[in-house]
Amino acid sequence: MSGVSLTVNGRKIAREVADRVHLGDFLREELNLTGTHLACEHGVCGACNVLLNGVPVRACLQLTAACEGAEITTIEGHDDDALMAELRAAFTRHHGLQCGYCTPGMLATARDIVLRLPDADEDRVRLELAGNLCRCTGYQGIVAAIRQVLADRRA
Amino acid sequence: MKAGDFSYRRAGDVAEATAALAEAGWDGKAMGGGQSLMPMMNLRLAQPTQLVDVSAVPAMRGVSADAGVVRIGAATTHAEIEDGAVPGRLGQIMAGIAADIAYRAVRNRGTVGGSLAHADPAADWPSALLALGARIVVAGPAGGRTLALEEFQQGAFWVALEPEEIIEAAELDEPGPAARWSYRKYCRKPGEFAEAIAAVLHDPGGGTRVVVGALDAAPALLADGAALIGADLERCRAAVAAVAPGLDDYGLQLHAAMLRRALAEVAA
Ligand SMILES: Cc1cc2nc3c(=O)[nH]c(=O)nc-3n(C[C@H](O)[C@H](O)[C@H](O)COP(=O)(O)OP(=O)(O)OC[C@H]3O[C@@H](n4cnc5c(N)ncnc54)[C@H](O)[C@@H]3O)c2cc1C
Ligand code: FES
Ligand code: FES
Repeated sequence: MSGVSLTVNGRKIAREVADRVHLGDFLREELNLTGTHLACEHGVCGACNVLLNGVPVRACLQLTAACEGAEITTIEGHDDDALMAELRAAFTRHHGLQCGYCTPGMLATARDIVLRLPDADEDRVRLELAGNLCRCTGYQGIVAAIRQVLADRRA
Repeated sequence: MKAGDFSYRRAGDVAEATAALAEAGWDGKAMGGGQSLMPMMNLRLAQPTQLVDVSAVPAMRGVSADAGVVRIGAATTHAEIEDGAVPGRLGQIMAGIAADIAYRAVRNRGTVGGSLAHADPAADWPSALLALGARIVVAGPAGGRTLALEEFQQGAFWVALEPEEIIEAAELDEPGPAARWSYRKYCRKPGEFAEAIAAVLHDPGGGTRVVVGALDAAPALLADGAALIGADLERCRAAVAAVAPGLDDYGLQLHAAMLRRALAEVAA
């Protein structure tokens, strides 16, 4: 067990956690933040992407015990984030989701693309999305949504 | 898909890390970004009982340059290198390689030292840094040593590290102004491990290093690389077959094609 203090969605949290518990399980099972989805649990699918100190990471490959002092933002924590609001609207408009399983991770990556690569073209958006798998949409709507937000911000 | 039981501790400096690993012996493991170790632990392919997190050790973070020698702390992440942490021409070369490793979420955590210690033959730094002539700075409880990457890499997933030792940094010489570089890899999907890799540094001032990677063994530094510059596919097939006699025809063709393209790019 390790004592760990971290901030999750702006809330300060101090807990004792078993060292083997990864951040995805901690968020879902200890904090009831079930918006972070787990699928492959070995880094391939991106369903579990959350922000750690503002950048996307795989929650399934991140030990909770190693999060001392970290700031975590999950899909539940973006209510006041203007960019996330634009992305949500664009995903809705372009049918960027069906079942929604991949969506929290997709949005974490999408936000990173828009912030880090404001000039990204379609090829670059697709390349950057290579680490997020979607079983439903065929990616067309997801790519269209991200491109729209990029274009709106450039305008 | 959950890791087995283990104890975690975060090391504050190199001495603390190596002492903790010495205490744990063969059951201990250093952890960098966890981007190879955690998947292996979740799949129970690795079951260390003691993890020693070295990702926040100050002496292992960041990049410095002095008199043409660039020192890259082992805990420097792929994303930091992608974003320009390494200065100059070497930095340009390394940023290009980093950008094509896995996915940004993995690059935000994964480290150069972890990649070199893990020594997956299909990974990028083991081949790329071999062609760039890297030296590995190893730290242990009894002190440090520095060895060439070709001596450090012993085989697939096998390096010259004792259980109590860690990689502290990689050191590289800044390539000369006329140096030419090419890195070619074949992947089915962006971000996946490569099926074939070729890396060529052609530096009129400092020599030529030609590497073939993603083999069943450690990446191979070809003898007499300079003579291969501009080689055609036939000669590339012979050069690959000489270092990897076990490859089937498909594998041989893929590796030879990557090698030909890399050799052509530096010749152009
Ligand atoms: C989905 C996915 C795709 C990937 N694709 C690629 C790819 O295309 N190309 C590629 O090159 N890599 C790829 N990787 C691997 C990634 O680059 C890892 O970051 C890297 O291989 C390991 O670095 P790490 O810091 O995460 O090491 P860890 O996972 O923490 O450790 C790996 C091994 O190295 C040891 N170790 C770590 N740091 C040190 C140190 N300083 N000294 C001594 N031993 C140490 C550990 O004990 C362990 O044995 C991928 C990973 C994932 C999850
Ligand atoms: S559940 Fe973490 S990447 Fe798939
Ligand atoms: S919407 Fe179902 S997996 Fe993407």
